[in-house]
Amino acid sequence: MLNNQGRPTGVEEITETQSTKFETYTGNRGLSQVEGLIYEIGDTQRTGVDLPDVEDFDDCLGGVTRDNEIGLAGLSEPESMRHYTRLSRKNYAIDLGLYPLGSCTMKHNPRLNEKMARLPGLGDIHPLQPQSTVQGALDLIDTLAHWLKTLTGMPAVAMSPKAGAHGELCGLMAIRAALEAKGDARSVVLAPESAHGTNPATAALCGYKVKPIPATEDGRVDLDAMKEALGPDVAAIMVTNPNTCGLFEREIIEIADAVHAVGGYFYCDGANFNAIVGKVRPGDLGVDAMHINLHKTFSTPHGGGGPGAGPVVLSEALAPYAPIPYVVAGDEEFSIKEHDDTGNSFGRMTAFHGQMGMFIRALSYMMSHGSDGLARVAEDSVLNANYVLASLKDIMSAPFEGPCMHEALFDDRFLKDTGVSTLDFAKAMIDEGYHPMTMYFPLVVHGAMLIEPTETESKQAVDQFIGMMRFLCEKAKAGETERFTGAPYNAPLRRLDETGAARKPKLRWTKEEQE
Amino acid sequence: MRYLPLSADDRAEMLGKIGVDNVNDLFVDVSNGALLKGLVDLPTHMTEMEVEQNFEAFAAKNVAAGSVPFFVGAGAYRHHVPSSVDYQLQRGEFLTAYTPYQPEISQGTLQTLYEFQTQVAQITGMDVANASMYDGSTACGEAALMARRITRKKRVVVSGNLHPQYIDVVRSATKYTDDVVVVNDPTVNKSENLLDQVDENTSCVIVQNPDFFGNVNDFTDLADALHERKVLLVVVTTEVVSLGAIKSPGSMGADIVVGEGQSIGNGLNFGGPYVGLFATRQKYVRQMPGRLCGETIDADGKRGFVLTLSTREQHIRREKATSNICTNAGLCTLAFTIHMTLLGEAGYRKLAKINHAGAVKLKNKLANVDGVEVLNKTFFNEFTVRLNKDAAEVVEALVEHDVIAGLPVSRLYPDNEELKNDLLIAVTETTSEDDIDILVAELKEVLNA
Repeated sequence: MLNNQGRPTGVEEITETQSTKFETYTGNRGLSQVEGLIYEIGDTQRTGVDLPDVEDFDDCLGGVTRDNEIGLAGLSEPESMRHYTRLSRKNYAIDLGLYPLGSCTMKHNPRLNEKMARLPGLGDIHPLQPQSTVQGALDLIDTLAHWLKTLTGMPAVAMSPKAGAHGELCGLMAIRAALEAKGDARSVVLAPESAHGTNPATAALCGYKVKPIPATEDGRVDLDAMKEALGPDVAAIMVTNPNTCGLFEREIIEIADAVHAVGGYFYCDGANFNAIVGKVRPGDLGVDAMHINLHKTFSTPHGGGGPGAGPVVLSEALAPYAPIPYVVAGDEEFSIKEHDDTGNSFGRMTAFHGQMGMFIRALSYMMSHGSDGLARVAEDSVLNANYVLASLKDIMSAPFEGPCMHEALFDDRFLKDTGVSTLDFAKAMIDEGYHPMTMYFPLVVHGAMLIEPTETESKQAVDQFIGMMRFLCEKAKAGETERFTGAPYNAPLRRLDETGAARKPKLRWTKEEQE
Repeated sequence: MRYLPLSADDRAEMLGKIGVDNVNDLFVDVSNGALLKGLVDLPTHMTEMEVEQNFEAFAAKNVAAGSVPFFVGAGAYRHHVPSSVDYQLQRGEFLTAYTPYQPEISQGTLQTLYEFQTQVAQITGMDVANASMYDGSTACGEAALMARRITRKKRVVVSGNLHPQYIDVVRSATKYTDDVVVVNDPTVNKSENLLDQVDENTSCVIVQNPDFFGNVNDFTDLADALHERKVLLVVVTTEVVSLGAIKSPGSMGADIVVGEGQSIGNGLNFGGPYVGLFATRQKYVRQMPGRLCGETIDADGKRGFVLTLSTREQHIRREKATSNICTNAGLCTLAFTIHMTLLGEAGYRKLAKINHAGAVKLKNKLANVDGVEVLNKTFFNEFTVRLNKDAAEVVEALVEHDVIAGLPVSRLYPDNEELKNDLLIAVTETTSEDDIDILVAELKEVLNA
């Protein structure tokens, strides 16, 4: 009995089936195929590209020719196709199913965006070709900047940071440059306990001491503790809003006012902007700088760990200190400001102009939705998350009262005395064909499980997910621990030994070990 | 709203389950007045066809590199990428997967990262590599920070012939921690005495090979002299194809090697996304920034791969992490690995040879053009010529003739009069014999007009 997504609706016990009964000669199990490393299946003489022969010539390498073997393994084109196709089938992906990874925002990646990024006039242009030959590219960057400024209600944006954490660094550098310009060097950045780990790491990179701010009982920044920590040495506070507990910071304006009152700046981590896009403008809340993870809010693909893109919107006070380069719209044409002649810019974040390929994808998504659609994006993501919260809070345990924003947070109290940990529970979800939610984050609650369905999930898909979670909860409470502690049973591999990997790191293939 | 599946009935039913009347009731925590009432001042949604028309209009205002004879390099290079690379990249299981936090269902990404790490270690001649960085320039900044962690010293000595935008990125990355000293004005053939600037507070010396102006160097003696002084050598490569022809930085004694991997598998994309390469010696592994993939076994004893040594990382060490990097360039890494696998050792070496041969051919032809002086004694696929006219003006003049002749060096050194007539020219396997002849003919005409 299959439902409309091709999944069995009936609930069956895990039993040994014919397919797992016998060892196979290949190690393969039907469509689940074992795949060796390129070094085990290829060799240094094989190639998958035909390149023209070169006539003899006098080289100009000055005597530093590479003459020893490099050791690179090659594969012919059909072998390569098979290798990577087989490997791809060992990945979970949003195209395969619901990917409820809280704080990471795994939403649908429209293929239109991919097609637009591959137009030769956009993909095949060089960052240093004459500016007169890239007017469309500069127009595009300026257009995206306009969307970002309008949606956030901020007057300026630095486009070049290459990822969210890079954007954080950009924002803090601008803050530090602004303070130093006033002759007001400060030494401390406040980071709430619920902050992403990148926040304190970024502050440290920027030369600041990090002072943590505790969370309140209701999962938000403790305003009193924050006010107590404020002083003339505080350069900035870094607040994630909506925060990593999936909650909107109710006192966000008070937080901004308080830090401004002591001459500090308000950095907002915009990783969760997708929950409020089109509904709330951070500029209206008193934000001085906020990065926007284009890949989270505007659907550019994560591709197994990036590329990201982290433009940073800036307030009037910080705009003069923005990094180079930036696009300037003239009366007749666009130009790129590649050198700072004001002496204010804090410098350059990256060699070229930022993640153009991601700008294209994000703008394609924005135009597809328009202002009306983006507001609905926020509403539907929040609706889906609250629906999950409402549907599971009786059987799982939620540490905070709702409503939540785009992600629903649970803790592990419901697993107490079951012998099942958050990790075990997550691994059992794999057997059900789901990617687990974010685990053990945020750190402010014990055994955290952060679920983010996103707006591109249908009610049917969310209902099935809820049903699956309820089923696993019941099994855990009924004492079926083996289903959890041994999981996953049905994945390409069983549970992997991460401790062993870290104890004796083996980070590359070597010929010697093969032989 | 083609990307939003919820129907009006769905929404009503879900709001009922939650126990609120209106979706705005879920935004009650937003401070009074901050919730937007109307639409923001932006266009409303477009059909798929309308979006395409918008982007085609943007694209039409650009000159695609492949549509003209094209000679710009300087840290980004136009190479041919085999069709199957992009096909594989767009498989949903690669394109739409996240960072492999759940290794049991992420072996596709993890195994390719392991292959990538091995390939990068091999071409750089180093022991280990990480699973990629944002790009070459930011990797270079991270290398300076890593050198400080290893040596506990904070003076960074940088060659004047490092890509000037990389120098800027190093300055930004170390702005509030290290002192950066740039040796020498940039120039093609002036020798730099980097050792003169090294003192007891120096953590590392950063050089580039081939350098910004295209010169190929042997840094073996420099590495020896630096190691005697307990200073690290960081070698930067912006054209990774060159490592198929030139002795590896590792064999010259480098301690950290960073590079821009864009040339393999990744298109020009107007500057990003690219892929940063980062490799080092085994003994420094725990000081590396970024993600690392390691081999391990599963509960049944089968080989598998996981992200490892995460105790260096921001999500565990917070302000004590080796770097704040979270995302890397996973998909660009995959493109690199697939393309490199298709090349294999034989193809990689041959590709390098073709690139070098093309540049030598162009150099030989330009050597006979009045008003052009070739400045390099050594080079790989890029070299600098001094013209008898302002190079920026010459390049603009040639745009009118549908030739993009190279990078006027003055664009990156606006204040350096000495470099005003210098043009940096790159050749790759995509440059045809016709392209070369057109450039030579057009230059002759413009320079001698």
